Amino acid sequence: LLCASGDFVKMYSVATEETLRVMGGHADLVTGIQLNPHNHMQLYSSSLDGTIKLWDFMDGIPIKTFTVGSKLLALYALPSSEDSVFVVIPKSGERDTFQLVSVKLTKAAGQDLEAKELSVVLDGVNASPKYIAFGREGEYVASVKEVDLQVYFFKQKQLNRFCVSAVKTKSGNNQFTCIACHPTEDCIATGHADGKIRIWRNFYHKKEYTYSTLHWHHDTVMDVAFSVEGTSLLSGGVESVLVLWHNESDCQKDFLPRLGSPIEYISMASDGTLCCTLHTDNRITIINSNLRFARSIQGLIKSANVKTGLVVDPRTKALVLNGEPGHLQFYCLQSDQQLFSLDIVQRQYIHQAGLNQADLVKVAFSAQGKWLATVEEREDVTDPELQLKLWFYDEEIQSFKLNTSINMPHEDQITDMCFRDMDELEDDSLILVTTGRDCMFKVWVMVEDADPDAQHIVSWSCDFIGSYHNYQPTNCCFSEDGSVLAVSFEETVTVWDSVTWDLKCTFCHPPGKIRKICFGRLTCSKYLIGASDDGFLCCWNLLSCALEWSAYLNVVVLQPDPLSEHIAAVSWLSKESSLFVFKPNEPRPIYIQRNLCREKIQLAAFVPRDEPETIGSEKYLWLRRSQLFFLTDTQELMTLSTKSLQERLTPASKQLAVEESLPVTPFSLLLGKHRRQQSQEDIDFGKLFVHNKCEQDSPAIKELLHTPAHVLPSASFLCPIFINSLLISKENKSAEEVADEVEMESEKTEDDSDEERDVTEMEQEDTSPQELLGETTCKLSKSQEKELRKIRKIDYSWISAF
Amino acid sequence: MGEFEVHRVRFFGLVPAGVRCLAYQRNGARLALARTDGAVEIYNFAANYFQEKVIPGNEARSVEALCWGAGDRLFGAGLGGEITEYDLSRLCVAHSVDGGGGPIWTMAANSSGTQLAIGCEDGSIKLFEVVPGGIQFERNMDRRQGRILCLSWHPSDTYIAAGSIDAIHVFNVSSGQTVQGIMVSYHMQKVKRKCIVWSIAVLSSGTVVTSDSFGRVQFWDWEQGTLQESHTVSTSAVLSLSVSEKEDSIIVGTSTGATYQFQLLPVKTGSLEKRWVRTKPFQHHTHDVRAVVHSSTALISGGLDAQLVIRPLMEKVQKKGYDAALRKFTFPHRRLVCCARKARLLLFQFSQHLELWRLGSTDKTGKDGEVLPLCRMPEHLVQLKSKGPEHIYCSCVSPCGSWVAYSTASRFHLYQVQYKGNSISVKKVPKVPKLVLPAYQLQFSADSGSLFIASAQGSVHVLQLLEPGGCKHLHTFWPPSGCPEAVYLLAVSADGHWLAAVGGDWAIHVYNLKCFKHHCTVPTYNCAVTALAIHPVTNNLVIAYSDQQLFEFSIPEKQYTAWSRMVQNSGLHKVWLERDSPITHITFNPKNPSHILLHDMYMFCILDKSLPLPDNSALLMNQSTLKQLPETARQWQLHAFKICKKFQPLLFADLLDENSLVMVERPIMDFKTQLPLPIQQKKFGT
Repeated sequence: LLCASGDFVKMYSVATEETLRVMGGHADLVTGIQLNPHNHMQLYSSSLDGTIKLWDFMDGIPIKTFTVGSKLLALYALPSSEDSVFVVIPKSGERDTFQLVSVKLTKAAGQDLEAKELSVVLDGVNASPKYIAFGREGEYVASVKEVDLQVYFFKQKQLNRFCVSAVKTKSGNNQFTCIACHPTEDCIATGHADGKIRIWRNFYHKKEYTYSTLHWHHDTVMDVAFSVEGTSLLSGGVESVLVLWHNESDCQKDFLPRLGSPIEYISMASDGTLCCTLHTDNRITIINSNLRFARSIQGLIKSANVKTGLVVDPRTKALVLNGEPGHLQFYCLQSDQQLFSLDIVQRQYIHQAGLNQADLVKVAFSAQGKWLATVEEREDVTDPELQLKLWFYDEEIQSFKLNTSINMPHEDQITDMCFRDMDELEDDSLILVTTGRDCMFKVWVMVEDADPDAQHIVSWSCDFIGSYHNYQPTNCCFSEDGSVLAVSFEETVTVWDSVTWDLKCTFCHPPGKIRKICFGRLTCSKYLIGASDDGFLCCWNLLSCALEWSAYLNVVVLQPDPLSEHIAAVSWLSKESSLFVFKPNEPRPIYIQRNLCREKIQLAAFVPRDEPETIGSEKYLWLRRSQLFFLTDTQELMTLSTKSLQERLTPASKQLAVEESLPVTPFSLLLGKHRRQQSQEDIDFGKLFVHNKCEQDSPAIKELLHTPAHVLPSASFLCPIFINSLLISKENKSAEEVADEVEMESEKTEDDSDEERDVTEMEQEDTSPQELLGETTCKLSKSQEKELRKIRKIDYSWISAF
Repeated sequence: MGEFEVHRVRFFGLVPAGVRCLAYQRNGARLALARTDGAVEIYNFAANYFQEKVIPGNEARSVEALCWGAGDRLFGAGLGGEITEYDLSRLCVAHSVDGGGGPIWTMAANSSGTQLAIGCEDGSIKLFEVVPGGIQFERNMDRRQGRILCLSWHPSDTYIAAGSIDAIHVFNVSSGQTVQGIMVSYHMQKVKRKCIVWSIAVLSSGTVVTSDSFGRVQFWDWEQGTLQESHTVSTSAVLSLSVSEKEDSIIVGTSTGATYQFQLLPVKTGSLEKRWVRTKPFQHHTHDVRAVVHSSTALISGGLDAQLVIRPLMEKVQKKGYDAALRKFTFPHRRLVCCARKARLLLFQFSQHLELWRLGSTDKTGKDGEVLPLCRMPEHLVQLKSKGPEHIYCSCVSPCGSWVAYSTASRFHLYQVQYKGNSISVKKVPKVPKLVLPAYQLQFSADSGSLFIASAQGSVHVLQLLEPGGCKHLHTFWPPSGCPEAVYLLAVSADGHWLAAVGGDWAIHVYNLKCFKHHCTVPTYNCAVTALAIHPVTNNLVIAYSDQQLFEFSIPEKQYTAWSRMVQNSGLHKVWLERDSPITHITFNPKNPSHILLHDMYMFCILDKSLPLPDNSALLMNQSTLKQLPETARQWQLHAFKICKKFQPLLFADLLDENSLVMVERPIMDFKTQLPLPIQQKKFGT
């Protein structure tokens, strides 16, 4: 099974679901892949960078590269045309109009070839590959756009145009959404936005054409595909049901329901034994010919809205977040696979627009991963539903079992939830705190169940209800030793004793409301960090109950590393996200990464490494014990990798960019997002670093002048900051020195290139089997050497200039 | 348009009978339709699908099958076990022959129309020869178990295929032997259920097409007895099937009300291999589609919901026009309501009884569009039941309301209705003169002094009504040149001077009532007359034809009027000509002599002769736009046709007096609820 994903073409094993090979080489999004019809061991791929590559996919070697020039949006290959392929390119001069052209691929020797012989076949086509299909033995090509169907016969050079009435009836509009051609007969199946499938025949007559209608889908038909013999037709849509129509008859149909999420593409294997569907949630399902679910290749499920946040399961070190609706997915970062999906809501999900359904909003794990707390809610104006569920990890079944389910734990939505993380304490001292919009926070404890017949020995019940001036609590957090609970109420942070539930002290930072709070770890556990709406990051000392320091930073994500004292803060300023890593005990960040990405970063999580890495660079010491992952608005998962050649930051899982194809099916599709290449050379980085520092200065002064006097730390503390901020030139220099150091270090690390290769890979792709490493290494090291040389050259020039 | 007080009458509880079978004449000119109550209707396709002739039914005579024999003779057969030939000029049964095999379920004529094959309850198939003046029994086919439900001739007339329960058989016509027997069974979860073959057709290639009660349309090779193709069309029964003349298209009708088209299409371009493919579904009916006909340009279907639907095949229609539009006929194209203007009575004609109603009245006045409260409710005065199994041909009430007449196939009745306060007495008029029956149309004169009876061979009888309760035959008008067909429309002038009569040959004769002689003949026009009326002031005869043309003929001058010539020269509006249903009634407003009031099933129109005719660029239905225009701009937009579509479907409209109208409508939903329940279907989203 071949599939285009981002800039890569991936090959999966149909039998084992494993990723066999990743073929990279395109500089931009891969838009189409197509097997060479004359050699089933070869594959064409097209990309937005304007090239067509011919691959030997069994060995993963690019054979040829044809440069076409313009953006290629879709690719088709035909057995009947020996030396040309068809691509969709944007029409020059006009926006949003595309044309289908045939490209003659020259047979000349050599790796990089130019392919400039283009001949236009169809004008005014849609860009997506779903809208064009080639008919029986390549005799005709059919394309749909809006309400028009165009059929072009190659032999007769005749173009027929049909249209369905454009009138929007109450049952929806009947725009075309997809097309498929019968493999042996003159028959075209089209899918429509109102859920109908039309089977067109006799379309070589302009007038006496005819069509029949199949209607089962209630919403847009996303894709249709004919079986290899053409006796049956497969269709899929948002209902996540695969429909098999026999003999194009309305009455004989089979269903494969509950495929989890809307079907985006359908592809048939050339031998007809397998069929696969691609779903909107980043999953490929492989289905047997008798319409039985065989297996699925599952990446990170893209759910509509990650409400739970990124949580790390302490047991498996997997990333836990919203999966399918009402499910919790456990995503293994190392293997880019879903470990399992836990059904929390336990209700049938109904695919219907406008239906409010219960969904998972909050998740928390206890320190050992023994307990899992989940909150699900159904937003409804008249009667909202809210449920708090506590799950116990059962060693026998290796899964979570529902222990307690609490209906309406709060009167209104739950804003935050946390367990008391106490590793050394006994099980029964486990405490869960929830904060709700009903201006309360509640403490839940385990109690022994008195009823001997009860299924579980323990259950959870409410122990304490706290509130503060009838403010809405927004966040809650336990200190590391579990002795103190911090709850933020709008503008105030309150600190409570976790044994007696007395209010110990309050910290106030008007006018902004508190957005995030967290405690420092290890040596910094006396500090409480809070981020507020108006763009301040404050650090309070719990021992002195005074503000230690504050910084002007619009923090959207605040994430402490559980294994070190570092805290990562992601800020969102003028359409770019920046990362700051600091220790609470010193107000200066130890690491700054500007322009992390253009999208807003929603969530972040530190995932502990299995074994601490040896990191040479001082700057990346904070990444020694755990790795930081981000999830952006567009649900791309990113990570920061340390030892890369270019200190490259790579977006990780391409949620959207997935393309699929079976090894021998001339069918390929793509939807995707351009992978952002954020590689920065060390020199640039160093300069940037300095520059950042300069920028940092004015906020420091601003902060000093803006912060209310009663929350300001002592003048003795503020003075050095203020002075430091004025010492620009000195800083500058030192920063450059630091950069230089980093430079040297990176040069050193370049030598062991094999290992680096693994690390620099996006973690979704880094599963390339170890036994193949040897083969690829020689090639890679060559290219790395090249880069190495380049960098050295640059280095010297820079140093000499210095 | 003028303002009227409108009596919106909805108490006419007419329920048209369902369509049982259809027979299409080979030359394509006429379609015969039989309803479940035994009525037979003839639609003339050349005259814009006008319902030309109606032979009212008979309780004792159901019609299960109709077919056209040689020489445009129409035969019907039913569960009474008789084969009936219809006299289409006299609109009655010509003669009938007993089939001798019990109830007849099906009948089919061979390609030349010289032989009829009937399928009987006892499983026999009998062959009859069509001879002049009747039919003659010819031969019996091999008798099989089970009733024969459908029959089809091979186009070469050498074989007959017959479908019965669980089996189809093919017979050799000359020997009468069974050539092939095919079991059509259906096994579902080891439970065998009876499979009823509802319809069968034999193609010239030797393929037998069957439709059965399991919703399948199957194609059999009858020589081998093997199944070629099977298409499951519906979950319920497929009741009817019809093959086009070219044998490249089939239409089937199902009991869910849907019809489906099958087409023989080449599998690949240019290849000879062809396959039957189900193409278009149509859902025009709500109930069983009992009969379908595939004409060369249209799919015609008739269902138990009383609808006849003509769905043109767009690809076969050369130009966009009248033929290219979908037609639906539910109600008859003739008047079933008669209005006594002076007495404010309405007479409703049902198949076997008459109802006399008095209109309600109000003393309030209101603004345009306002519903006025009634101070007196409409009152059901009398119900007259006809005796015997025969259905009523025609009926009439006199303008004064004291005379009611109706006719069945063999009897004519005249009643005098007397109103004494609140009590009503109905007295049958004795000694009605013996006339040639049936009467096809009845019309009282405006002064209620005489009754005109349209009769066979173009004759019109005049009866003088005498007080108290007597009548006398005055005269019989005969068309000067003779006419074989019966008169079906009458119009009498208000002054009692003139009588116009239209016969089945569409010739309009005008008679002078004062001197009892033929006055003139309106120049013949090659289309059916759907309505005519004589203007009370000018004595102009206004004629509406089924192609939606309007003529005005001056009786005193014996020529078309200037206005009529002007209309013919400039032509009527395109939208007017493409209307669906024929004009069924014409009346006049004595207050405004230039106004002609017309109506068809879907609109009521006041034609103002004083205003210019609209040209094709103008909007024909412009009443709603006119309302929004200011007074000055309105003058420019005015044209002769003032159309109101508020009342639908409109069965009858008449002017009671100068400013009150009566509109009789029969909302489709009202009568749909009186039909038997359709098959329950699960609809998504309901």
